[in-house]
Amino acid sequence: MTALTEASATPRRAPWAWLGFALLAWIGAYASLDACADAVVAALGLAGGSRLGESVRFFAYDTPKVLLLLAGIVFAMGVIHTFIAPERTRALLAGRRLGIGNVMAATLGIVTPFCSCSAVPLFIGFLAAGVPLGVTFSFLISAPMVNEVALALLFGMFGWKVAALYLGLGLTVAIVAGLVIGQLGMERHLEDWVRAMQASQPAQFEAARPAWPERIDAGVAHVKSIVGKVWPYIIAGIALGAGIHGYVPEDFMAAIMGKDAPWWSLPAAVAIGVPMYTNAAGIIPVVEALLGKGAALGTVLAFMMSVIALSAPEMIILRKVLKPPLIATFAGVVAAGILVVGYVFNAVL
Amino acid sequence: MKNVKILGTGCANCRNTFALVAEVARARGAEVHIEKVEELQAIMGFGVMSTPGVVIDGKVVHAGGVPARSKVEGWF
Repeated sequence: MTALTEASATPRRAPWAWLGFALLAWIGAYASLDACADAVVAALGLAGGSRLGESVRFFAYDTPKVLLLLAGIVFAMGVIHTFIAPERTRALLAGRRLGIGNVMAATLGIVTPFCSCSAVPLFIGFLAAGVPLGVTFSFLISAPMVNEVALALLFGMFGWKVAALYLGLGLTVAIVAGLVIGQLGMERHLEDWVRAMQASQPAQFEAARPAWPERIDAGVAHVKSIVGKVWPYIIAGIALGAGIHGYVPEDFMAAIMGKDAPWWSLPAAVAIGVPMYTNAAGIIPVVEALLGKGAALGTVLAFMMSVIALSAPEMIILRKVLKPPLIATFAGVVAAGILVVGYVFNAVL
Repeated sequence: MKNVKILGTGCANCRNTFALVAEVARARGAEVHIEKVEELQAIMGFGVMSTPGVVIDGKVVHAGGVPARSKVEGWF
């Protein structure tokens, strides 16, 4: 999950009326997507059935649809964030056993506001409060991987089934990987200063309970910060999807990443994805291009998960708190989980 | 003279927080000494686990995101 930004404006004067109006506008816009796309094609004087006409229609329909979905989901998540501070998540997880603790941690990872640069402070803060190592890892894996931007984009571009599969499998990887790391009992591979820290007390800092107008403002601020940041990637992704439509052979990727590709294509995709670093939005153009050209869904989702969940910069930051054997275990367990997900996906679909 | 510390590992939000606090303090004519704390052990020493955090005269007043301007104005 990306940065949490508090509302900088003063609360709206009539937040409920504003929210109702925004909701109606959203529904109205979503309902008229088809008509608008047709109007754009007609205005440009393009024939409905032509290759260029189809490409333009695809772009004119998908771009507002994905942006609307993203804005809606990100707004809801911004409001949810005001209920679940990291401190609250930590209190919920402290002292949980492996198992139920991992399931809770992975689930809370989706809804807890999380900035990638506070991953390490969070990690230490959780351990210090008595959250078991394996449970902490479930949170740390789920939070960046299963985030609202990835889900909204998959939902908008590939349908709810793909989004639901990504959600379910992402949670499964986070839960199982955390369980495995917990079972291995690797606490001694934490850096010494981190272990010393575990006796320390958290700050006695009580945040004021926000009122509803402030929660709504937080949702709006979240939309501004997230959508404001990712829209160029989305437009690039959809333009790529629309553009390559007729110009690259449909089965271009099928031989190396398709369903009948050799067994090593999936590990290769994950191995390429691990050192790569980008956010969920940045990877979407690539996913769009690969899927459109015959790559198998399992292979592409595994690639996407490995890019988002594991990255070289993250390993370097984690090195400050984890000794190499634990980092290697973390990367290995998560990569293995992603691989299994990819194979299952390809076999079932 | 208030002693303000901005806790954060150097991400965009931490820099934004620093700039916001500095700007509000200047606009209010408050006498402050602002410093960044980027060392992880020091940050954890304040018990803050979601950055950016703000410490004024040794007391944590904010954590977990860029603070609202109205909140910052309340400090000076």
